[in-house]
Amino acid sequence: MIRILFIILLLVSPIRAFALIEVDITRGNLNPLPVAVSPLSIDENSRKSFEKIIEKKNIGSEISLIVENNLKTSGLFNPLNKDAFLQAPDIANLKPRFEDWNLIKAQALITGKVSFINEKLRVEFRLWDVLAGKEMMALAFTTVPNNWRRVGHIITDKVYERLTGEKGYFDTRIIYVAEEGPKTKRIKKLAIMDQDGANNKFLTLGNELVLTPRFNPTSQMVTYLSYFRNLPRVYLLDIETGMQEVVGDFPGMTFAPRFSPDGKKIIMSFAKDGNSDIYTMDLENRIVEKISNHPSIDTSPSYSPDGKYICFNSDRSGYQQIYIMNSDGSNVKRISFGNGLYGTPVWSPRGDLIAFTKLHKGKFYIGVMRTDGSGERLLTENFYQEAPSWSPNGRVLIFYRETKTDSKGKGFSAKLWSIDLTGYNERLVDTPTDASDPSWSSLLSN
Amino acid sequence: MKHLISCEKVLIRNIDQGAIMKLNKILKKAFLVTVACLVLSACATSKKTGQMQGDVYTGTDTVEYLASGVPDRVFFATNETVLTTAARETLRKQAAWLRKNSDLTIVLEGHADERGTREYNLALGERRANSAKDYLMTYGISSDRISVLSYGKERPVDSGSNPLAWSKNRRSVTVKAN
Repeated sequence: MIRILFIILLLVSPIRAFALIEVDITRGNLNPLPVAVSPLSIDENSRKSFEKIIEKKNIGSEISLIVENNLKTSGLFNPLNKDAFLQAPDIANLKPRFEDWNLIKAQALITGKVSFINEKLRVEFRLWDVLAGKEMMALAFTTVPNNWRRVGHIITDKVYERLTGEKGYFDTRIIYVAEEGPKTKRIKKLAIMDQDGANNKFLTLGNELVLTPRFNPTSQMVTYLSYFRNLPRVYLLDIETGMQEVVGDFPGMTFAPRFSPDGKKIIMSFAKDGNSDIYTMDLENRIVEKISNHPSIDTSPSYSPDGKYICFNSDRSGYQQIYIMNSDGSNVKRISFGNGLYGTPVWSPRGDLIAFTKLHKGKFYIGVMRTDGSGERLLTENFYQEAPSWSPNGRVLIFYRETKTDSKGKGFSAKLWSIDLTGYNERLVDTPTDASDPSWSSLLSN
Repeated sequence: MKHLISCEKVLIRNIDQGAIMKLNKILKKAFLVTVACLVLSACATSKKTGQMQGDVYTGTDTVEYLASGVPDRVFFATNETVLTTAARETLRKQAAWLRKNSDLTIVLEGHADERGTREYNLALGERRANSAKDYLMTYGISSDRISVLSYGKERPVDSGSNPLAWSKNRRSVTVKAN
């Protein structure tokens, strides 16, 4: 996957001041930008070559479908119906007839071309500002044919970045816990999929209980909790090689692991004799440090992106609340003061917000607050939901939701959902089985 | 009801016979409905007090026995790790049984209900099992014979989403390890 060749052949750098189209992502977008995604054009020989390799009839249309779907799920764009397109894909890519695209109310247009060169997939694409009649961006990528889905995601990231001014989150993956079986005997496996649900893969067999996988923000490593041999311990998994090793082999339960922002440490809880405290382990020299020291439960630690602070969950006040402290454990401060209980604090990759789960009057909420606890905003309310994880650009949260069972204990399900930071655009994230504990990877490329 | 009846008497003077009959019927119905309500709510509360005290489970539905008269589990209130009087009584029986069977080792499995975040519940389960462990130790059971394992909310015994089911799931279960 990592082997993608990222060669930029054409680079027309547009000057921002000329761009008419801009998408504001800081508020709920009730008028998504109308965008036309013209199918990427392809010559007949290339089409046939790819058909053999990836078993898709037209790789050009497939890639443009990925782009279209990504743009749509972002909630910021409204991809227009292809039936209304007047211009043929190959000609549009050379020089769009802007009047035609204007007629169907497209404000932005994406065109492109796919070719098969030296056993490689070459994709070029252009983003056009229809109203201004200008090219905004032109890029080309060359990679192995099997990376074709990723090309679609990278194109979306580039378009998203050009139009919103912020990095995208489409060339990413989600690791989660796949669940099956009755509630009292749930079978849980680690699973991974592309952000859009494609390429789902199970990473463990379900022989032992696994929980709370989290990505290393700097690589394709994952830390998680496994009940291997009935000893709940923190493990490390290399997704590329499948190598696993125990890292939290302390004389008791280690749980709630997360990486430090530089990926060099794991921060986790260690429970012994009824007391859970927060520890870090340096992955290089295996030095363990005790960070929090209190007879209450201290868990769910999460670093600030600069690594200077840690937010965590503690019941030292009597009930679950959110606290922050310096990364050495000093200067502990409670920041959640609203009504109810607070759990699972996660620091935004942008640094300005902390996402959390809140329990109040029998309802569960996913919300965000500033790092000093001010500005609390609840995004969604439900019977049960928890464990938000940020998209790498800090604009979307993914979490899991469980349904209430009926009087006979039937009707249980657990599913992944995503919601924009604005509180809009709540979506079910489709998975082949029930799912929980999602963690969003950083961008795979760049 | 007394108040209603006296009302009726006052009304008789002013209203004709038919109206009184109607009124009687209405009052009778009202009486029956009230009685029915009282009976029903009494049933409901007696059912509750039969299996829960406060929100701690006191029933025996899910309880298994380590030996005759030695229940295997104790129950907790929401978000609590403190042992109730009933829990202490159960643990004293377990301690007596363990003293009699000095070659036995046990695992205390701590659990939480589904109404809490996963990681906090893991810690809570660990703390509940340790409450039980500490109590067994004060009754002479060596810590060498006891290990502790928290399942958090991962292994409920009752899959219901209601207070009774949750009360059964907030538990520490003593399991023979050898």
